[in-house]
Amino acid sequence: MTLDFSTLLPYTDVILEGLVTTLWLTVVTTVVGIALAVVVAYFRDSASDTARDGRPSLVGRLLGGYVEVIRNTPFIVQLFFLFFGLPALGISISAPVAALLAMILNLGAYTAEILRAGIDSTLKGQHEAARALGLSRLQSFRHVVLVPAFSRVYPSLISQCIIVMLGSAVVSQISVFDLTYAANFIQSRNFRGFEVYLVATAIYLLLAVGLRLLFEFVGRRLFAYRQGGSA
Amino acid sequence: MALVSVKDLHKSFGELEVLKGIDLEVETGEVVAIIGRSGSGKSTLLRCLNQLERHDWGTIHLAGQRLDGAAMSPGELSQNVGMVFQSFNLFPHKTVIENVMLAPVVVKQTSKAAARRIAEEVLDKVGMLEKVDAYPAQLSGGQQQRVAIARALAMNPKVLLCDEVTSALDPELVGEVLRVLEHLAAEGMTLILVTHEMKFARDVSHRVVFMHQGRIHESGDPQTLFSQPKTPELSQFIASVL
Amino acid sequence: MTDFTLWDIVRNLMLAGRWTVVLSLIAFTGGAIVGLVLTLARMGGLKPIRWLIRLYVDLFQGTPLLMQLFLAYFGAAVLGFDVSAWTAASVALTLFTSAFLCDIWRGCVEAVPSGQWQASRVLGLNYLQSMRHVILPQALRLAVPPTVGFSVQVIKGTALASVIGFVELTKAGTMLNNAAFAPFTIFALVALGYFILCYPLSRYARHLEKKLYGAGIR
Repeated sequence: MTLDFSTLLPYTDVILEGLVTTLWLTVVTTVVGIALAVVVAYFRDSASDTARDGRPSLVGRLLGGYVEVIRNTPFIVQLFFLFFGLPALGISISAPVAALLAMILNLGAYTAEILRAGIDSTLKGQHEAARALGLSRLQSFRHVVLVPAFSRVYPSLISQCIIVMLGSAVVSQISVFDLTYAANFIQSRNFRGFEVYLVATAIYLLLAVGLRLLFEFVGRRLFAYRQGGSA
Repeated sequence: MALVSVKDLHKSFGELEVLKGIDLEVETGEVVAIIGRSGSGKSTLLRCLNQLERHDWGTIHLAGQRLDGAAMSPGELSQNVGMVFQSFNLFPHKTVIENVMLAPVVVKQTSKAAARRIAEEVLDKVGMLEKVDAYPAQLSGGQQQRVAIARALAMNPKVLLCDEVTSALDPELVGEVLRVLEHLAAEGMTLILVTHEMKFARDVSHRVVFMHQGRIHESGDPQTLFSQPKTPELSQFIASVL
Repeated sequence: MTDFTLWDIVRNLMLAGRWTVVLSLIAFTGGAIVGLVLTLARMGGLKPIRWLIRLYVDLFQGTPLLMQLFLAYFGAAVLGFDVSAWTAASVALTLFTSAFLCDIWRGCVEAVPSGQWQASRVLGLNYLQSMRHVILPQALRLAVPPTVGFSVQVIKGTALASVIGFVELTKAGTMLNNAAFAPFTIFALVALGYFILCYPLSRYARHLEKKLYGAGIR
């Protein structure tokens, strides 16, 4: 067995192009997906909806269905359904848009469920204090509940964003020119499949480590209030 | 006309009737201490006054205006009735001044600058002006409770409800919170307190209300009530806590 | 193009779905065995062994499953083996599963209060005896809900085996679509197939979790 990485060198720009696509898909998905999750979590949070006495609303139920469908089907099937299935209904979307949509819907569903655990563990006293101060349900969610809920589930949130970034390798299957597509492309030219995929895998690993470090850095800034302690 | 007027208030939790017809009037500037054993309904009464609990029957008026049911929005209610809790319930992710400014800005739509002035004023009143940028986790229990009082005062309520505000504090921190309340009473703030601090009830309040099994069993001025209880239940209660 | 009835599509998908189930079972069983060995080695082993296992877990958790499949497929060729998609998929999914289960189970063993270790050591039990009689029975109760939950990830993971040419539910879907061209129906049915396999497991995992934490065992 011999490994030869030198045949990869002419393809550096191909790898870079794929890397850039993977990066922007990840960044947009993280921002929009988390925003989606917040909206979903709000409508599914029936416990603090005193007007409804704890029963989920119709919107809450529908969103619950969305979360379950995403969580119980493979990403690749969701991707194929959006990319191949929707045009059959007359809604045609480009491959990158389908990829982005699938990734956002995916992260949104998982994060909504993660966030729900954080919201559910909000102490009753926090809700009561907000109500006594006259905050509406939405105001209370936004100003009182959300940030502590995020801080409680932040480690799971980091993991989920990394999972979705790694999962994005699958978008190569609808010909989105991401890092994996670049690897497939090179493999089809130089036939050094193992070397190419080893390099691509290493880049994904670095991305995962980098993403984690970035999230941890942001988290320390965002949730500085927790390092109270003394006094 | 009384500032707070409660008539025939009933409240049940499932089968258990916690309030069995409460009538209570509180005048402007009056300090009323509600005492009684746990389970006597005193906290529930207090929580009905700002509708954290919905009562089943009866009416509550504030300055002649109906307060219960859908008569007042939560926003209006919070500008009439403030509340301080046993467990402080400060918002952990907000600094002292952000805790105090939140409701004026979000509920009352006060400008940030005006809200900051109000916040500084009330924080000064509770002696917490030096700690405006601290987070709750950096404060002692007594300091947190003083901030919680300031947070309620920032909405400029007509009456302040205090639900066992010193019960969660270490003994050496109780004094600083009681002094703040005493100061507010001296300024003419209307206070309704559920308390276990009998000395405070006797020295500071104008009237003491003794609750027993969901009813107001006895009430009167503190000196007479504590020295000459009329009912055996109150005698027993006083003997058990003093 | 031949005409496909809905029943033709459903029947073909169900036939291919069997391979999704078989591959899931292989990956889960194999992954559980490897994962158990790794967990035990990690909890008791020497520092370099622990470090190596941690690296193993981090590598599998930090890289795409799709890449792991490609590497298994092409790596075997580099080593001189001509492996089928079957073998490559089974090996890659088994290793992937073992890494995640090792991580989940380590957390469960660590969640058993350290007082339990001390108590069993004081009673004179050695490492293996403490593990077997005291720690594992307690860790096992904690481990069941997340393990059932992870089985859903394994089933969904098998869908990626389609990419290296293994004909299971997803691959059957794409092949049928090439012939029948009814993408909306076909991929909706494929998704439904996975949902039928996964949803009961998700529900069961959540039920177990509620039961465990509802009973106040932490």
